[in-house]
Amino acid sequence: MAIPTNVETTFLLGRLNWDAIPKEPIVAATFVAVVLGGAATVALLTKYKLWGYLWKEWFTSVDHKKIGIMYMILGLIMFVRGFADAIMMRLQQAIAFNGSEGYLNAHHYDQIFTAHGVIMIFFVAMPFVTGLMNYVVPLQIGARDVSFPFLNNFSFWMTAGGAIIVMASLFVGEFAQTGWLAFPPLSGIAYSPWVGVDYYIWGLQVAGVGTTLSGINLMVTILKMRAPGMTMMKMPVFTWTSFCTNILIVASFPVLTMTLILLTLDRYIGTNFFTNDLGGSPMMYINLIWIWGHPEVYILILPLFGVFSEVTSTFSGKRLFGYTSMVYATVCITVLSYLVWLHHFFTMGSGASVNSFFGITTMIISIPTGAKIFNWLFTMYHGRVRMELPMMWTIAFMLTFVIGGMTGVLLAVPPADFVLHNSLFLIAHFHNVIIGGVLFGLFAAINFWWPKAFGFKLNVFWGKVSFWCWVVGFWVAFMPLYILGLMGVTRRMRVFDDPSLQIWFIIAAFGALLIAAGIGAMFVQFGISIWKRNEPEYRDVTGDPWNGRTLEWATSSPPPSYNFAFNPVVHDLDAWAEMKAAGAARPKAEYLPIHMPRYTGTGVILAALCTVCGMAMIWYIWWLAILSFLGVVGYSIYHTFNYDRDYYVPAEEVREVEAARDAQLAQGA
Amino acid sequence: MSTITELKGPAAYWETEPHHHPEGASTNIGFWVYLMSDCLMFAVLFATYGVLHGNLAAGPGPKDLFDLELVAINTAMLLFSSITYGFAMLRMAKGDKAGTLKWLLITLFFGLCFLAIELYEFAHLIHEGAGPQRSAFLSAFFTLVGTHGLHVTFGSIWLITLMVQVMKFGLTAANQRRLMCLSLFWHFLDLIWIGVFTVVYLMGVI
Repeated sequence: MAIPTNVETTFLLGRLNWDAIPKEPIVAATFVAVVLGGAATVALLTKYKLWGYLWKEWFTSVDHKKIGIMYMILGLIMFVRGFADAIMMRLQQAIAFNGSEGYLNAHHYDQIFTAHGVIMIFFVAMPFVTGLMNYVVPLQIGARDVSFPFLNNFSFWMTAGGAIIVMASLFVGEFAQTGWLAFPPLSGIAYSPWVGVDYYIWGLQVAGVGTTLSGINLMVTILKMRAPGMTMMKMPVFTWTSFCTNILIVASFPVLTMTLILLTLDRYIGTNFFTNDLGGSPMMYINLIWIWGHPEVYILILPLFGVFSEVTSTFSGKRLFGYTSMVYATVCITVLSYLVWLHHFFTMGSGASVNSFFGITTMIISIPTGAKIFNWLFTMYHGRVRMELPMMWTIAFMLTFVIGGMTGVLLAVPPADFVLHNSLFLIAHFHNVIIGGVLFGLFAAINFWWPKAFGFKLNVFWGKVSFWCWVVGFWVAFMPLYILGLMGVTRRMRVFDDPSLQIWFIIAAFGALLIAAGIGAMFVQFGISIWKRNEPEYRDVTGDPWNGRTLEWATSSPPPSYNFAFNPVVHDLDAWAEMKAAGAARPKAEYLPIHMPRYTGTGVILAALCTVCGMAMIWYIWWLAILSFLGVVGYSIYHTFNYDRDYYVPAEEVREVEAARDAQLAQGA
Repeated sequence: MSTITELKGPAAYWETEPHHHPEGASTNIGFWVYLMSDCLMFAVLFATYGVLHGNLAAGPGPKDLFDLELVAINTAMLLFSSITYGFAMLRMAKGDKAGTLKWLLITLFFGLCFLAIELYEFAHLIHEGAGPQRSAFLSAFFTLVGTHGLHVTFGSIWLITLMVQVMKFGLTAANQRRLMCLSLFWHFLDLIWIGVFTVVYLMGVI
């Protein structure tokens, strides 16, 4: 569809009108399918009277465990969308040879590669990582919730609101055609006049508020809510890496927010920050966005480094090798991640000295990362390694990630980067580390902590099918891109002239299909496991199905709302392993009332108002933007007049829950 | 199993006695962390101003535009408001509700004076044809100073809200915590303004 020029603006609907609904067959068919699917879901929820349950038990929940699970579900849904984009690109590139235009026009294709990047980073990787930290960190540090439970709920709904805005662009208007970081001047109003970039901006801004607040929340939680005796150097490694990740979030997302605000001002009121005229500097934007963007890479990978550490140590039956060096390596990476941003644009031409500095800092980062790999290997060495699914994903990660890391060091050499910049080699490199690191880590984490969250294990057979499809599929899909990149093929191409390249794209498309099979197998794995959850080989009655070492395994699966009836006291690393050895797994004492935060719908309402405000800004519906903004301010003030935010779980109720747990343990024994 | 620590008796691993958790213990540090993230937003604006302030696009520059006397009065308003907020906190520590409210009201007055003078300055510049669209320098100027002004605006709304809450519910522990957070916020804005005053106005004119 061509971009409508001369769009009329009305008072009531801004620039929204009938022409904004895409009529391309692919999009229209998706639209119809989504409407039908949505209607069916709503009908089912209504038929089984689940709305009240969802609202009372989930949407308004301030329980970090439920919020964590909601983040994971959001990530999973968005992952399907992001992967659909990937498959469409692979298909287009495999057939657009010998004069064929493929099946996607330029306007549509450009939106797809932009949406794929934006969704995979902001609405898949981020919710997954945040959800994981939300679920696991308070349990690992022996806390009953996060420091600011209401803020946690609000953060989730802001992330969900951002996702809704980005998804809406599929059916109303268009998405950005600028690439996932929306570089100006292309993303300026002169070259992207319609709503695409505005969807991008407001989707990210709404979600970004949630991410920043959740970063503050988890950082303070780790600082203030640790169990007695758990000093910083006795924290589990996953908690450490989460701590560094949240520091990175707090110290980098404000930069993204402000950079996007400046782009917004350029687009909405005609300032000249990043324009070509009147003194604007597009390179300023590229510097600023990568000052956020590079730490973001480590925001994504650090928590998974923590996961691999927990998994390796648990399934090797040993304490982690080199805990202290692991912590220092993590902190080094945290600091260094701020000193490398310019390697994303060596070709800007900053001169040999600047490029050398950033090239060297980039190479230095591989040292602490390499130290981690050795620590995991030495943890396995002389351990009794159990090849369960989380361990398999960890080993696949180590093999894959090392290759990705090496191509990264290659790209860190400025002269080499001048050749490989913007090529498919770069695409292969970062998919190599993001899929091989972040996604494999998430799959390890999901298989590892699923029994904790739901009280039953995941099916092993379908897990293995998924594992092999994913790992093999990854290599088949991305090795051709390394080769193509070395041959000089640039990224984001829609059609190709040279027929000799086609075979590599066909191989890559086949790899993508294998990955699709891996995703399918994973859903089958979830389905079968849920179906058979009460069978003995699935059910986890112990709360500690893997013979774990950290405190999350000290409570039942799933844990009660208050996590621990008594606060654990920590003396050393691997607190739970020590408790088991000391015969202190189950404390016997008189139960006490437990202080807990109350559920509230305020987070949902505020985030909904923010989402409406974002949509109104995108479509220039000024009256609605002002009204919803006033609504946000007004409702926030109204919320502060509610001082009744917490309550006590009566000792009687704690006693009942814990008695049921005792009975369950006796039955398992 | 642990190899370093000697194992202790089972009683050493769980806290089974009742104990009191101080309420809102995380609020203060949480708010500090938020302020630091806000500080980074200003850092971006300062950096942008630093890079773009010479890009006048043949338009007016700092020396043509800034009226240091007006800015000095404006700065005084904001600094006074910080002192008076300090007095309010002293009254709060003494448990004097009326005194706290009185000083908060004076703080609000100075804050609004600051905003009024800033709005006058902006209106004047735009009237002279030196609006934010004129050059990258002016875009950066208006955004840096305006973002600070927006913060003061929201601080004022928050201040009014808190005054109502103190009037209605008194100097409860929760309200004292909130007053403390706003105090941090208010002094933080002062600090940012000193940066603005130095980097934008003084260095621009000298």
